[in-house]
Amino acid sequence: MNELVLPKIDKTTIDKKEYIFKSLAKIINPENVLSHADEIKPYETDALAAYKQTPLAVVMPENTQEVSNILKFCHKENIKVVPRGAGTGLSGGALPLQDAVLLSLGKFNKILEIDFENKCVVTQPGVTNLGLTHAVQHKGFYYAPDPSSQLACSIGGNVAENSGGVHSLKYGTTTNNILGVEMVMMDGTVCRVGGKTLDQEGYDLMGLICGSEGLLGVITEVTAKILKKPQAVKAALIGFPTIEEGGNAATQIISNGIVPAGMEIMDKALIEATDNFSKAGYPRDAELLLIVELDGTESEVDGLLKEVSAICKKNNCSSLKLSKNEKERLSFWAGRKAAFPACGAMAPDYYCMDGSIPRGKLAEALLEIKNLSKKYNLPVANCFHAGDGNLHPLIMYDGGDKEQLRKTEEFGAEILKACVRLGGVITGEHGVGIEKRELMCEMFNDNDIQQQLDIKLSLDEKNLLNPGKVYPILRKCAEEGRVHVHRGEEKFPDLPRF
Amino acid sequence: MSTEEKKNSPIFQDSNKTYYPENEKQVSSVVKELYKKNLPTELIGTGSKSFIGNKIQSASKLSLSKLSGIVEYLPEELYIKVKANTPLEIIEKILEKNNQELAFEPIDFGFINNGKSNKGTAAGYLSCNFAGSRRFKVGSARDHILGFRGVNGKGKIIKSGGTVVKNVTGYDLSKLVTGSFGTLVALTEIVLKVLPKKKLSNTIIIYTEDKKLINELFEKISSSRSEISGAVFVPEEPEGKRYKHNKERVFKFNDLESKGSFLALRIEGDKVSIDERIKVLKKELEFNKLDTSTLDVHQSVPFWKKINNLELFTETKNNLLRAVIPPSKGNELMQKLGNKYKYYIDWCGSLYWIEVQSKKNMKIVEIKKLIKELGGYLTIIKTSPEYDYEETIFTVDDTRLLISEKIKKSFDPKRIFNPGKMYRGI
Ligand SMILES: Cc1cc2nc3c(=O)[nH]c(=O)nc-3n(C[C@H](O)[C@H](O)[C@H](O)COP(=O)(O)OP(=O)(O)OC[C@H]3O[C@@H](n4cnc5c(N)ncnc54)[C@H](O)[C@@H]3O)c2cc1C
Repeated sequence: MNELVLPKIDKTTIDKKEYIFKSLAKIINPENVLSHADEIKPYETDALAAYKQTPLAVVMPENTQEVSNILKFCHKENIKVVPRGAGTGLSGGALPLQDAVLLSLGKFNKILEIDFENKCVVTQPGVTNLGLTHAVQHKGFYYAPDPSSQLACSIGGNVAENSGGVHSLKYGTTTNNILGVEMVMMDGTVCRVGGKTLDQEGYDLMGLICGSEGLLGVITEVTAKILKKPQAVKAALIGFPTIEEGGNAATQIISNGIVPAGMEIMDKALIEATDNFSKAGYPRDAELLLIVELDGTESEVDGLLKEVSAICKKNNCSSLKLSKNEKERLSFWAGRKAAFPACGAMAPDYYCMDGSIPRGKLAEALLEIKNLSKKYNLPVANCFHAGDGNLHPLIMYDGGDKEQLRKTEEFGAEILKACVRLGGVITGEHGVGIEKRELMCEMFNDNDIQQQLDIKLSLDEKNLLNPGKVYPILRKCAEEGRVHVHRGEEKFPDLPRF
Repeated sequence: MSTEEKKNSPIFQDSNKTYYPENEKQVSSVVKELYKKNLPTELIGTGSKSFIGNKIQSASKLSLSKLSGIVEYLPEELYIKVKANTPLEIIEKILEKNNQELAFEPIDFGFINNGKSNKGTAAGYLSCNFAGSRRFKVGSARDHILGFRGVNGKGKIIKSGGTVVKNVTGYDLSKLVTGSFGTLVALTEIVLKVLPKKKLSNTIIIYTEDKKLINELFEKISSSRSEISGAVFVPEEPEGKRYKHNKERVFKFNDLESKGSFLALRIEGDKVSIDERIKVLKKELEFNKLDTSTLDVHQSVPFWKKINNLELFTETKNNLLRAVIPPSKGNELMQKLGNKYKYYIDWCGSLYWIEVQSKKNMKIVEIKKLIKELGGYLTIIKTSPEYDYEETIFTVDDTRLLISEKIKKSFDPKRIFNPGKMYRGI
């Protein structure tokens, strides 16, 4: 791993450590201030486990007033603060800093109100994504964005990262599915934006805070929109003899006016890996596998499946299966969901990338990745949210071999640069965090970045809230660290991986 | 400088003190010049919505109307990239050819202004973020902007977002500029998400004036699996008032008895799914207990056009308010409004368009207070000539105002763009 450059350590903060602990213990219940080495160890890293850092202290406030008081204190004393949800972030956004207080929202774990009449749930940010759906599913409702970490990730983290899921094309990401937030600014000001109404007047502060990776404010409450489950959901599992034909089929599905609820692509390497791993019964002779999920009324879904089948046949698909029941539909997804662990079983380590590309450029992107794979002599397997263009190449390598690790990192950065060249972006859903900081200049020039920094400084003039993340420190496109999973020691091993 | 040279210079002003830059670079030069000289300016597209917001005192106008044209349209990628001031009408026509549309159903504010269609430009529309009837189903204008380029108040060219829907690279500034009424950035290029157009639409009309029932129906519709994409209630007009554009005149359709009050529900899709959805809906809403009729596609499409053109308020000389509330408060608001105002309800019970005849601001103040108490917000869209501007056009609280001021400063520190259009000091 390359040396990670972090903001300069503030010696004054380190020197007055004891004073800080004492003061924090006056602001909140002393039991909720952790400062002993073994207490704070679990907070050293998020799911970008390659990077570890011990925080100054961990605080676990229990209500908004406490968050506000902590921030006010830190603001006054010039102490950095890193917010943290469940720590499932894949880009190092919640990586602690030695001279920063880590503010965990772990105790904000209550749903405050379920309002079926207004189709929303008011919740504290520490509640898990799936927790929201569980709270409303008895009446046939659900919360739409479904990151595969949904069992563990917090709704506050989802807002901070603007997380998406397999169903983002049709149902949008977090920003399209929340109605309001309460947030605390670095100076302790509590601000409520939106509420139970659709849209808000004035500057869309909710839109700004969504995806701000903990740099602009600490989210202390979220009002999330809930939807009624569709009448019918069915899926198709289709194999193609070439990447081009499969890619074309996916593009034509969209250009024929069909908006699938989910559409996923896996390449040959991944088909084999997952089929070995989970015995999903995937067509092993196929070069590319497409899963298309449709929802709506019963006959609408049947009609759409017919159209999808016709398009796939026109593009020479080698196999085509339609789900006959819910069990079969879930079995179509089983292999896909085992994609990450399957790669983990094939090599000591794998490294997950997260670029977005225009759907139509898939074949080109995969070809480029294939060539890079040859160049670096490292195997790669690809999965692709074909509905919304989010590409996750998984590079397999042995981290014990320093040279391989270096090559892997170079390979990963080249993939993301290729995504930008093809008209896409460096991160579709995992965030920039620490990981892709220096790649920001692949997409943005100095003016663009300066505007974003100006916003940051207008709301946090001392740059105390989660500094060192998202924006390039070196201001050059250095190749730095990424999502490394070492010898199966990955964080959250039980979660399905998309 | 010769006249010819002056005309070609980006900082040339015509006799109305209006700049007409032709490209992004020229916009940047004009703004840099204004920034240097500390001169505020009013951003204008076609001016179709310039009546919305506070009046601006500025030395000049910056017309972006020459930044018009489609830059790139890739139907299969579901986006269209346009120069910021491309007329919406042109965009919609091109999309229509490919059976696509802007799903948020832009409102045509031309009718309330002067009785004629004028949808204005993409940038103008996004600056207001007012979505049409499909809002509760598909999101607002802000949910359909994928990226932009523009010039900030220092004259710097900036960009954010891209052309792909999944993108979390940097702050989502597209959201911030949408609904900012041109106070942050002079937009030069916009990328919009487009979606397939539904093949057909039918509208079910339910005749009732029972306020409790109406709100119960709104509630059932919003939790229905029938995917209703439009739900409006048009009440009786105030007694004794004669409106030129009354609902009988505006909503003249064979299968609509528009004398009394009615609820209209839109169902979209192909024939089979429409039929299927109506079947489900009949059960969910217990049609057998209701008095209903159906508008076929030939009536349904123009019906919703009229709704989204605000044709009930064509050329109104009164104040027009736009209030958004949590739908559960509908009963209360309807009771309070009584039969005193001409209004209708859109967005399945969330959005109220209310005309206030009062020459004084008193009634507006009252309604605004009420909306706030109900957890909503109110915008004064059009003011009567007598309106005295003591009551603010927008609703904002102190904390949000403070944060908004900071954000404004980060884009436009000298308050060059549309000063005071939204709030004093911004
Ligand atoms: C196995 C696995 C699968 C995943 N799949 C997906 C996927 O399909 N789609 C997807 O989008 N992501 C996915 N992720 C990434 C991750 O789960 C999401 O980014 C998630 O939203 C992070 O939530 P968290 O609560 O764990 O946040 P953390 O990791 O704790 O924090 C993430 C960032 O948000 C900030 N933050 C957290 N809470 C707050 C708050 N209350 N206020 C302000 N800032 C805050 C932190 O400072 C940090 O910058 C996956 C991760 C794993 C491990």
